Amino acid sequence: MKSRSIKVDYLARVEGEGGIQIKIHDKTVSEVQFDIFEPPRFFEAFLRGRHFTEAPDITARICGICPIAYQMSSIHAMESACGVSVTGQLRALRRLIYCGEWIESHALHIYMLHAPDFLGYQDVLQMARDHGDAVKQALKLKKIGNELVTLVGGREIHPINLRVGGFYRVPTRNELRGLADRLKWARDAALETVKLTATFPFPEFERDYEFVALHHEEEYPFNEGKLISNRGLDIPISEYENHFAEEHVSYSNALHSVMKSRGAYLVGPLARFNLNFDKLTPAAQQAARDVGLVPPVKNQFKSIIVRSVETVYACEEALRIIQEYEMPESAAIDVHPRPGVGYGCTEAPRGILYHRYRINDKGLIVEAKIVPPTSQNQKSMELDLRDFVPARLNLPQDKLTWQCEQAIRNYDPCISCATHFIQLEFQ
Amino acid sequence: MKKSRKPKLAVWKFSSCDGCQLTLLDCEDELLAVAENIEIANFPEASRNVVKGPYDLSLVEGSITTPHDAERIHQVRRSSKVLITIGACATAGGIQALRNFKDVREFTSIVYATPSYIETLNKSTSIADHVFVDFELRGCPISKHQLVEVLSAYLNGRKPATPTYSVCVDCKRRGIVCGLVTHGPPCLGPVTQAGCNALCPSYHRGCFGCFGPKETPNTSSLASYWLSLGMKNPDLLRLFRSYNAYAEPFRKESEAHEK
Repeated sequence: MKSRSIKVDYLARVEGEGGIQIKIHDKTVSEVQFDIFEPPRFFEAFLRGRHFTEAPDITARICGICPIAYQMSSIHAMESACGVSVTGQLRALRRLIYCGEWIESHALHIYMLHAPDFLGYQDVLQMARDHGDAVKQALKLKKIGNELVTLVGGREIHPINLRVGGFYRVPTRNELRGLADRLKWARDAALETVKLTATFPFPEFERDYEFVALHHEEEYPFNEGKLISNRGLDIPISEYENHFAEEHVSYSNALHSVMKSRGAYLVGPLARFNLNFDKLTPAAQQAARDVGLVPPVKNQFKSIIVRSVETVYACEEALRIIQEYEMPESAAIDVHPRPGVGYGCTEAPRGILYHRYRINDKGLIVEAKIVPPTSQNQKSMELDLRDFVPARLNLPQDKLTWQCEQAIRNYDPCISCATHFIQLEFQ
Repeated sequence: MKKSRKPKLAVWKFSSCDGCQLTLLDCEDELLAVAENIEIANFPEASRNVVKGPYDLSLVEGSITTPHDAERIHQVRRSSKVLITIGACATAGGIQALRNFKDVREFTSIVYATPSYIETLNKSTSIADHVFVDFELRGCPISKHQLVEVLSAYLNGRKPATPTYSVCVDCKRRGIVCGLVTHGPPCLGPVTQAGCNALCPSYHRGCFGCFGPKETPNTSSLASYWLSLGMKNPDLLRLFRSYNAYAEPFRKESEAHEK
């Protein structure tokens, strides 16, 4: 019996610290571990006792790549606990800043973290030697996403302008209009990105995932909606914990999420695209169709094209919001704490991010629970590798190892996020 | 003249959110120029390629929170000619240093899942608590401009020009009306180091101390002023106890307001 193993000690081009271990005995995969060794930071523990208004800024520090997602999920959760909801232009501004995060995060992942795998480069700088124009376009696209976040949020990493109830200061019409031309350029660059990524070589690899994403009657989902799946899940976000559970495994500092009685599921671009295709703008839908991308997409390697399509959408949605923007009279609505529980679930670039808080009459947090997208996808990542490796055992070790890394990078895993949720139970 | 070799840069991560190293990738306009002058030799977030040390310049993100990392930072130091820490985690222990005020052993012993899987230290500490640090760049996150300044200073063999004065100086320069003496949201500006260009005050919001204590901050005077205006001790405690909670002046001030 021949044994073989594939080991990546420190997975590159992802956020955070993790590795892969695969053991193969006699042509079957006996063990797959996506090993997260990034140290836990205990956010859910030290959020206890903090004021409910502090949660957006504190939880942003869980992830430097998707701070808006953390701010949004916590803000919505706090507003639901306090029984208020933000509407009109303030709500539109929230969608606008989320567009900026998607553009920035997707451009980063498409070009700097993922494309080098398809084209055979170690990194984007190597890639720039042969594909200089594409990389320059990528950097500009990413920059425009960051400019949008900065304009609405104050700065690109850990923005300071978002709060429970709205914003500290709202932009003027002219400030937003100033970005319109750049966003039009970004939309065209994103359309080209769809065409470019569609030409990449994709491994023949499909799996029957249960896709889980937010769904909203009128919009492609960012901040609000119910949770649905392709296998009949249809629940308000407040029922999330009745349907999903977290498991603790020895080799990972992140919890693995499973759907109760059903097991692994998939969140992120593929899930959103497959469940909400008709909510994309016509141009984004057309761009997808033009390259033969129609739901259901079951090949996670093609998530890079889906991210490109979503970038087209985010640019168009941002342009729409800017076009229709009227500066609201007040930057925020008043929010008064009351004892209770609140839920928030929004679509981070990597998939749904769930928050639940219990607060007391003084507005202090009594209990916090956060489930990031990467820990929800961990099981699917491992199952992908289990299916992916056996058919490719004839590949040389370095090539197979690289392809396994790529299979994990399909998920745009954010390990810094996934790690911080070791649940602590106080007696 | 013989062209000298490019200096080798390494970027290391400890306990953090990745935001400060992302700042390097967020230098969209400067990234290709930086790469022309510096060999990015070890930067896992950006590249699979790892060039062996020693490195001329190491940027270190994150705080020390595990026994393994407490060892690893010594290896990083040994392989680096110049070691610069980037961000509040690396320079003060970060938001995760909030554990330092609790008995972590007690709360990990009642961990919900399986505590034996988790290896963690009682305290989250700065890099300088463990090894010699050549320069500390503040911020949660760091400023892109200050990062480029630090890299450029290094390449040109000079000291980085980063201010150690307070946020107030930038506020005055920008002509922002002082919130502290007018409408009065609690503002840490007078005791916080500049670097953000007075960002929060320009958004009608009080400074919450991302860049940590300025040189010789008078935190107790600021705190008594707020107490005289009716602010309560628990609120003061939380204000000083955030992203730079374990930086000494902020730590002492928050402890002074503990029951």
